[in-house]
Amino acid sequence: MTRVQMIGVSKRYPGRGANAAPVVAVDDVTIDVGSGEIHAIIGYSGAGKSTLLRLVNGLEQATDGRILVGDDEITALPESKLRSVRGRIGMIFQQFNLFHAKKVAKNVEYPLVVAGVPAAERKRRVAELLDFVGLAEKSGAYTDQLSGGQKQRVGIARALATNPGVLLADEATSALDPQTSREVLALLKRVNAEFGITIILITHEMEVVREIADRVTVMDSGRAVEQGDVFDVFSDPQSQTTRRFVATALPTEPRAERLDELRERHRGRLVSLTFRDGDVDQPVVFRTLAERGVGVSIVHGGITDVGGRSFGKLTLELIGDDLKVEHAIAALAQETELEVLV
Amino acid sequence: MDNLIELLSNGKFLEATVQTLTYVVIAMGLGGALGLVLGVLLTVTRQGGVLQNRGVYVVLNFLVNFFRPIPFVILIAAIQPLARVVVGTGIGDRALIFVLTFAATFGIARLVEQNLLTVPPGVIEASRAMGAGPLRTILTVLIPEGLGPVVLGYTFAFIAVVDMTAMAGVIGGGGLGNLALQYGYRQFNPWVTWAAVLLIIVIVQLVQLLGNIIARKLLRR
Repeated sequence: MTRVQMIGVSKRYPGRGANAAPVVAVDDVTIDVGSGEIHAIIGYSGAGKSTLLRLVNGLEQATDGRILVGDDEITALPESKLRSVRGRIGMIFQQFNLFHAKKVAKNVEYPLVVAGVPAAERKRRVAELLDFVGLAEKSGAYTDQLSGGQKQRVGIARALATNPGVLLADEATSALDPQTSREVLALLKRVNAEFGITIILITHEMEVVREIADRVTVMDSGRAVEQGDVFDVFSDPQSQTTRRFVATALPTEPRAERLDELRERHRGRLVSLTFRDGDVDQPVVFRTLAERGVGVSIVHGGITDVGGRSFGKLTLELIGDDLKVEHAIAALAQETELEVLV
Repeated sequence: MDNLIELLSNGKFLEATVQTLTYVVIAMGLGGALGLVLGVLLTVTRQGGVLQNRGVYVVLNFLVNFFRPIPFVILIAAIQPLARVVVGTGIGDRALIFVLTFAATFGIARLVEQNLLTVPPGVIEASRAMGAGPLRTILTVLIPEGLGPVVLGYTFAFIAVVDMTAMAGVIGGGGLGNLALQYGYRQFNPWVTWAAVLLIIVIVQLVQLLGNIIARKLLRR
């Protein structure tokens, strides 16, 4: 149970060359991750999310701002003190970063050796962890005999060995296929639910955010451009970056080129309706259209679950007399969030 | 041919073989250990290393670059004064072993560095993220992870040192190389030269085979 606070955090690297401007990797980012929360940080490559994550366990030093993990002020501790704090912060990686020269059990045991845990206790804990991630029978295998998903599960077991309060996940599923990726995310959810471990995960996949996160921070060019509840951010994205991410996870509004195609094939008026968490009464929408003698076909869109609440957008083709369609649109606008696509 | 049989039967070949092996084993033992230390220091003090230190890196890098390219036969002459200080003599077996060790140290340092640099930075980062200090990371992650290629590097170095021992005669050392030159080349007896060559090839092949087996075991391929 650990809260993680990043307050006005920046990271600048000196530019190459004598007069080069410094490179700003992280720019004044503030994130307050509640105890036991799963917080996703999403952004494109080079957005600074990976650097930000490394500031949290002090693998890199912040240039400005403060970072607190529980009661430890990471930004105020020297490297020698940070080492013991890192035992309370687990980390998993996109490329797993397992030790190839060590067997699975030795990989998981490593952080316990570092922490000075006695051998008998280490043995017990390793068995318990491998059992938890479902790899008890792989204990004596070398890591190159494992599949990608198994490797990441070893990575998770290793990261959990010292009972950390926080788990940092650096693109933990990006190297995995969709099915394996879901399994690993489900395991992370279990880690969060059973041990109350706070998880900060960075990703470039909105699907990951949708699947697992409670809250999300969207990063672009080192800045946090949007932040909030996953459902709120999904259903009402404010920034251009966020909109693009949402579009990757949901077939919401058709993209420009898709819209042209749709128009080719559908001669009627195209309108886009937003459905958010049952605030739109779907039967009312369709009855309104029918009563006004307007035909409907659904041409694009989808509805999905985000954080246990439904959300989606549908693009409808309204067919009929121009005037009737106009009236129907006016009537619908009373009921729901509606956008006429021109 | 008669001459060769005589050399074989009076124990000259055996003696020379033992000498060569003695030179190489001692030089590889001492130079291997010193080279490992130097190579690890080069790896960890360079930019992004776990003990990044520009000053140390620049000095060590310069030393390696300075001594490594010197041809062995010239190195023997060039560091003879140093040999007198360290081992008390500028000629004979002891001086030769000193120079061999010296050359092996700098050669191996570079080989160790090159092979340790193939260890993915991610595993080093993982070790740091688990709270391991630099020394522990070096000893329990960096070296074990890079050991397969490092063993191949040592095999390569062993063969290079065998090559160097052929110059032993310059300061009064012995060994197979010297035998080939003294009894074969100078006495116009190619039989002797080629017999020495064959023996050297056998030694090199055996070591290469051993190195490959160990490396394969470590790399598990």
